[in-house]
Amino acid sequence: MVKRRIVNSLILIYLSTVNNSLPKIETMGLNVIVLAKQVPDTRNVGKDAMKADGTVNRAALPAIFNPEDLNALEQALRLKDKYPGTTITILTMGPGRAADIIREGLYRGADNGYLLTDRAFAGSDTLATSYALSCALKKMSKIDLIIAGRQAIDGDTAQVGPQVAEKLGLPQVTYAEEVLSAETGKITIRRRLERGVETVEMPLPGVITVNASAPECRPRNAKLLMKFKHARTITERQNEAEDYIDLTADRPYLNIEEWSVNDIETDMNWLGLSGSPTKVKKIENVVFQAKEAKRLTPADEEMDELMKELIANHTIG
Amino acid sequence: MNNVFVICEVDEGKIADVSLELMTKGRSLANQLKCKLEALVLGHNLKGIEKELYPYGADVVHIGDDERLDPYTTLPHTSVIVDLFKKEEPQIALLGASTFGRDLGPRVSSALQSGLTADCTSLEIGPHEDKKAGKTYEDLLYQIRPAFGGNIVATIINPDCRPQMATVREGVMKKEIYDATYKGKVSKIEVDKILKPEDLVVNVIERHMEKSKVNIKNSSIIVSGGYGVGSKENFNMLYELAEVLGAEVGASRAAVDAGYAEHERQIGQTGVTVRPKLYIACGISGQIQHTAGMEESSMIIAINNDPNAPINKIADYAITGDVGEVVPKLIKFYKQNTK
Repeated sequence: MVKRRIVNSLILIYLSTVNNSLPKIETMGLNVIVLAKQVPDTRNVGKDAMKADGTVNRAALPAIFNPEDLNALEQALRLKDKYPGTTITILTMGPGRAADIIREGLYRGADNGYLLTDRAFAGSDTLATSYALSCALKKMSKIDLIIAGRQAIDGDTAQVGPQVAEKLGLPQVTYAEEVLSAETGKITIRRRLERGVETVEMPLPGVITVNASAPECRPRNAKLLMKFKHARTITERQNEAEDYIDLTADRPYLNIEEWSVNDIETDMNWLGLSGSPTKVKKIENVVFQAKEAKRLTPADEEMDELMKELIANHTIG
Repeated sequence: MNNVFVICEVDEGKIADVSLELMTKGRSLANQLKCKLEALVLGHNLKGIEKELYPYGADVVHIGDDERLDPYTTLPHTSVIVDLFKKEEPQIALLGASTFGRDLGPRVSSALQSGLTADCTSLEIGPHEDKKAGKTYEDLLYQIRPAFGGNIVATIINPDCRPQMATVREGVMKKEIYDATYKGKVSKIEVDKILKPEDLVVNVIERHMEKSKVNIKNSSIIVSGGYGVGSKENFNMLYELAEVLGAEVGASRAAVDAGYAEHERQIGQTGVTVRPKLYIACGISGQIQHTAGMEESSMIIAINNDPNAPINKIADYAITGDVGEVVPKLIKFYKQNTK
């Protein structure tokens, strides 16, 4: 029995070598990691999005794949189209339900995904987030390129990409609009700046962050949807109903790797709240939920009062 | 030591406006903290650049002049700044929330483990009490910024790590000469001793800069005009209001068709869709074609002669009156209240 298994795997190795040697041209497959975040959809804030006390009612906001991370995924998919043998791995940090965006990525052409999830990461600011992500990235096999969205719509900070690059000692290119080529260990990128465009060249491995002006992500692929719709993390599999059949033994690609803090090497002091130099002192709700327009006349005192109000609630000024 | 620093951006040989705005803010913070204001300029051919900064109250201008610092790339700038900050230990470091500052800031803050607050709309000095740890802090930088798509405003502090770093968007702070005869001193940075070959691995192959373009899509405040504005000349008022608020000017299709504004400013179904924090609709009736492109604005102020204009249905404030009367008043009272 044991013997047969060895033979089987030998055959597999043999087959895969044959397969690889079939195309005579040498393929420039890249190992690409896409950093993605599941975010509340702050663009579609409804009436019940804010609680009476002025805090955000996260439960009332749909959780989505951060839009610019989808632009990032598209750039990775284009590299995969162009350079056969490229693999795309999605890495996300978040609660268990963030596995949704890994599946979303698989349906669009990513090859596999890692969910980094642990209470130890709760309360992380961008620096602690970047540290945790960089520890996970260090544990992954040889990486050629890390692609992330420029920023997430819940924080709009645009910090995690550059900070991950710094933590890994890798060069960075932000505001990328298009990867022009990625050959001979170099990547050429067009960046979108406020007042123009810039083409830059960066050696690999490196980190790029992708701007919203980059092409939109392709839609789900029906075949991939069928293939990956049962992709689950171990926690999800354990929580499934009794009649659930675990398919991962036969189809290992259906396993979404789940890492806790114990699966990566970290210094706990740099994680979560204690690893976050910035703290939130105060939160104010600034959205006016005016049901009816407040009627004003152009009288001086009314115009003065309006400006004072707008300045006081940080709408202007 | 422990001073307020502004990391300046150089734009076509001159200090960028956003950096001068931060110098003005930095000067008032430094006065409040009774410390010095220091500017940091990196680039090439910077001779005499300190003279642009002295009138804004710069006590020291650190200059790193080297051809490898122009055009800007992340790594050499980071190395020079990190090196300087390790020596100078600033308590506060500010930079513009431009593509420059938002590329450089996080890299520097990560290297210094200092934390950074992006896109602040207000900076204040205040105390903080950490009841859990039983610690009190004096004179922290309150870094105030909208978050969550502009639905909340958060005050961020950085109690223990230095520098307290923040980026601020152009137009948010006011640029004001502090003292036209103010004299600081120059401190030259020996760039050569700092840069290493690995800092120079990213190369800019090509650069194509355009003159500033209309950017209504990313503007957090929009002053928009419709047919009711009446003429192209009257639109100048809207530009004036936009200028003082740090806003962009938009227009309805009717105003564009009438030749009051350029096509690229058109907001609505056939133009751009915008979701700014504040939308001031001037002389816009509020046809669905227009409101479709702006109804998701966080706050809408409508100025219209007609009290029954449809725009008032989605407005938070409806001012019934003439645009020509209301807009100059908004400018006047804004200026009065932000002095």
